[in-house]
Amino acid sequence: MADSTQSAEAIVSDVHKKIKAAFEAFVYESNNSVDVREIGTIIYSLGCFPTQANLHNLIAEVEEDHTGYVHLDKFLPAMTRVLLEHKFPSIPEDLLLQAFEVLDKENKGYLEPEELTKYMTQEGEVFTQEEMDEMLTALADHEKNLVYYKDLISQLTIDPDI
Amino acid sequence: MGCGVTKSNQFHKNSGKAIKSAILIQRWYRQYVARTEMRRKYTWHIFQSIEYSGEQAQIKLYNFLGYLMDNFTPTSNERNLISHIFRDNEVCKDAEWERFFCYKKIEVPEIYSGPHLTFPLTVEQAVGLVEAFRNKKQQLHSRYVLQLLLETLKQIRMLPNINRIATCQSKEITICGDLHGQLEDLLLIFYKNDMPSMEKPYVFNGDFVDRGNDSIEILLILFSFMLVYPSDVHLNRGNHEDHIVNLRYGFTKEVLTKYKMHGKRILKLLQEIFSWLPLATVIDQKVLVLHGGISDTTDLSVLARVDRHSYVSALRPPKKRNQVSAASSVDVETEEDVSSHNKLSQRRTSLTYPKPLVREIFQNRSLQDFSGLIKVNTVDDVELHSRRPSFSIQEINRPENETTQAESVTSENSNEEWKQILDLLWSDPMNQDGCVPNEVRGGGCYWGPDVTEDFLNKHNLQLIIRSHECKQDGYEFCHNRKVLTLFSASNYYDVGSNRGAYVKLGPDLVPYLIQYQASSMIRELTVRQSVGRTERSALKVLREQLFAHKSDLVCAFKMFDSKNTGYVSVHDWATAVESVMHLGLPWRMLYSQLVTSKTSDSMINYHEWFNDLAIKGTNTDHIDQSLLETLYRHRSTLETIFRMVDTDNSGFITIEDFRQTWKLLSVYLKMEITDDAISDLAVTIDRNQDGSIDIDEFMEAFRLTDKKSRLERGRSMFMGTATDLTKLEGDLNI
Repeated sequence: MADSTQSAEAIVSDVHKKIKAAFEAFVYESNNSVDVREIGTIIYSLGCFPTQANLHNLIAEVEEDHTGYVHLDKFLPAMTRVLLEHKFPSIPEDLLLQAFEVLDKENKGYLEPEELTKYMTQEGEVFTQEEMDEMLTALADHEKNLVYYKDLISQLTIDPDI
Repeated sequence: MGCGVTKSNQFHKNSGKAIKSAILIQRWYRQYVARTEMRRKYTWHIFQSIEYSGEQAQIKLYNFLGYLMDNFTPTSNERNLISHIFRDNEVCKDAEWERFFCYKKIEVPEIYSGPHLTFPLTVEQAVGLVEAFRNKKQQLHSRYVLQLLLETLKQIRMLPNINRIATCQSKEITICGDLHGQLEDLLLIFYKNDMPSMEKPYVFNGDFVDRGNDSIEILLILFSFMLVYPSDVHLNRGNHEDHIVNLRYGFTKEVLTKYKMHGKRILKLLQEIFSWLPLATVIDQKVLVLHGGISDTTDLSVLARVDRHSYVSALRPPKKRNQVSAASSVDVETEEDVSSHNKLSQRRTSLTYPKPLVREIFQNRSLQDFSGLIKVNTVDDVELHSRRPSFSIQEINRPENETTQAESVTSENSNEEWKQILDLLWSDPMNQDGCVPNEVRGGGCYWGPDVTEDFLNKHNLQLIIRSHECKQDGYEFCHNRKVLTLFSASNYYDVGSNRGAYVKLGPDLVPYLIQYQASSMIRELTVRQSVGRTERSALKVLREQLFAHKSDLVCAFKMFDSKNTGYVSVHDWATAVESVMHLGLPWRMLYSQLVTSKTSDSMINYHEWFNDLAIKGTNTDHIDQSLLETLYRHRSTLETIFRMVDTDNSGFITIEDFRQTWKLLSVYLKMEITDDAISDLAVTIDRNQDGSIDIDEFMEAFRLTDKKSRLERGRSMFMGTATDLTKLEGDLNI
């Protein structure tokens, strides 16, 4: 029942508000900047699923010359583009399931910690040992020490509508 | 799958797919982690905002009552009520004290199986006390409690305002932050770091009590070790070592519950002890340890000289000389010291009364703003007024005709000193330069890195260690690592919310930090689960707060909904909510958690939203809606006042006191409450019509107590029931 089509302006304005809200959650001083290390969290919380490489490129674009800070003025346009162009789309559940099934070669329905560790720490955009330990603590079933990925996918996939 | 295909070929064919899958999973997982971190962050923010706004409310209330005491001429009924509230004006001479606190007639029954103390205390007894609390979950008998407290008082009175201690040889000093009644954390620290001894000196940096449920046990342990090792255990006062604050935050209630017969005496004695607690500790002349922080006027030489004992509660301005009890001596010599304090001796204050009881004035006033109402003629003092003209607690209203010249100088000094103490106990650091009043808490300042720099230079120090703020990792450095915040109560907001930490300083004065997290529950929860729990808890508290502000929120929404459609956009919702709640929370991010019914174009039906939020109690339908809201919004204040009024600590107050309380509150809250409305409230709870109201039942009837809310209650290590404990307390007729 919205006024004809929501105008492009209105859409952009709404996107701007979302970005500002997420950004401001991490602003501690009055200069409207955030620590560059928080940018990843902000981008993720806006419902995006960038790769590490994606993140690094974006950060390089918006960081204020080695100060370690990112100002809203630079972040806003860059992030707006990301959202409007759906640059880092979320991962559909079925695709994720397939990915797990590829790793689960014997089709057991679960992954053993060693299996998962091997892939996560040796392939792709590898995890640090700390990330790996955290992942196992978070995902592995405590009693059996196995990763039942089917259940996890539905539990942990979140609706990105902020 | 034929035998012609080797394993390595098979793998090679699939490895491209495997890598892609791995990347996908890694992407997905990292997103999940970041989102969890975001939730943890705003959950934290929620708890902290609510905690601080609670403190602010407390100060505002007390401010208001103080004003009444000093200026308002209430009817005789009201005056009785108010003087009940301020019973700290009771004067006791030394001889009377002895008699009042005499523990000797308290008999310890044979069935008591807890520790028996003999004095002077030995280390075995102190350790035995720790074991009794830890293993057998026993409570110390009130006779021994009183005896221990009396010994503590004797010792603590002799300590200076600022303790100066040294690391020597290879002795490391251990410093702990806020414990807040969480005995488990103290025990964990002792387990990891050993108990205090000559080889293991400790400094405890205030806020031992309130919120957690084992505050008295913590005090007993700390005092015991202080008696056994007076040169090696040092306690600094925190803003919660204050009987006014204790009324609201649970310590008073804890003591009265655990010690039904002698609790009142114990509390009175503790009130004395708290006022005698040293204000700060300096290590090796280089490291300053104090509870809250500093301001741009903090001066250690002033602090070293104040009569700390006259500040029984930091929330009240110091007593006038003619009101001060003989037991607390005001040092007359301070006048001479003062004249060297040039700024003050030039000052003449003349005070005019504000209009009696202008209601609007009190609604949003913090302690600092309070004095801004009063007109003052002063010799202009640039130094003191450098920040803001209206900011000066010198101008606390005192009836002019009762003040002699000498007394007005003394009271000016007292006010200057009061500010020093208030700043020390309540301030927080900020990232920007400068120094501004701490309006969030309602007392003390926010101070910046430049103030730290100047202060350290002026006093030739290199580090400030303070507590007062909960930190996720148990500690946090700021101001170029010149200020260290240390917090020792883990899981403070909820299970899994934060770690605790303590710091060790050796002769090199390099801080070495140790973190921990108490609670056996933690290990069983995954990260995801513990964040989820804390988050649910925080959101629940937040929903209650929102519901309690319904009327104001509806007004705010209507401003964005001029056509009265009943809908607002998400963005407008967020703006409106912040304008009413003033919690500084990221509402836009929280929206999906707080508003469950959404329309397809993201408009919110706010009336429906309130229906979803509504808290329904039994038998509350006949109560006026706005009155109900008031109850929810101010429940802590309400409970605090009820407990103040309940002077014999019976858990009951009379209908008349109940009525008077509401009348007072109606002025404070700018609400019209009719006698009929009050009667309706009373009727709901005084079912047997005997003229008295059970406070707990009252709070329960309106579902104002939330048994699971961590903010109001904690877990106690004591499993005994109240009736078991009462049996042990001994004869009623002492």
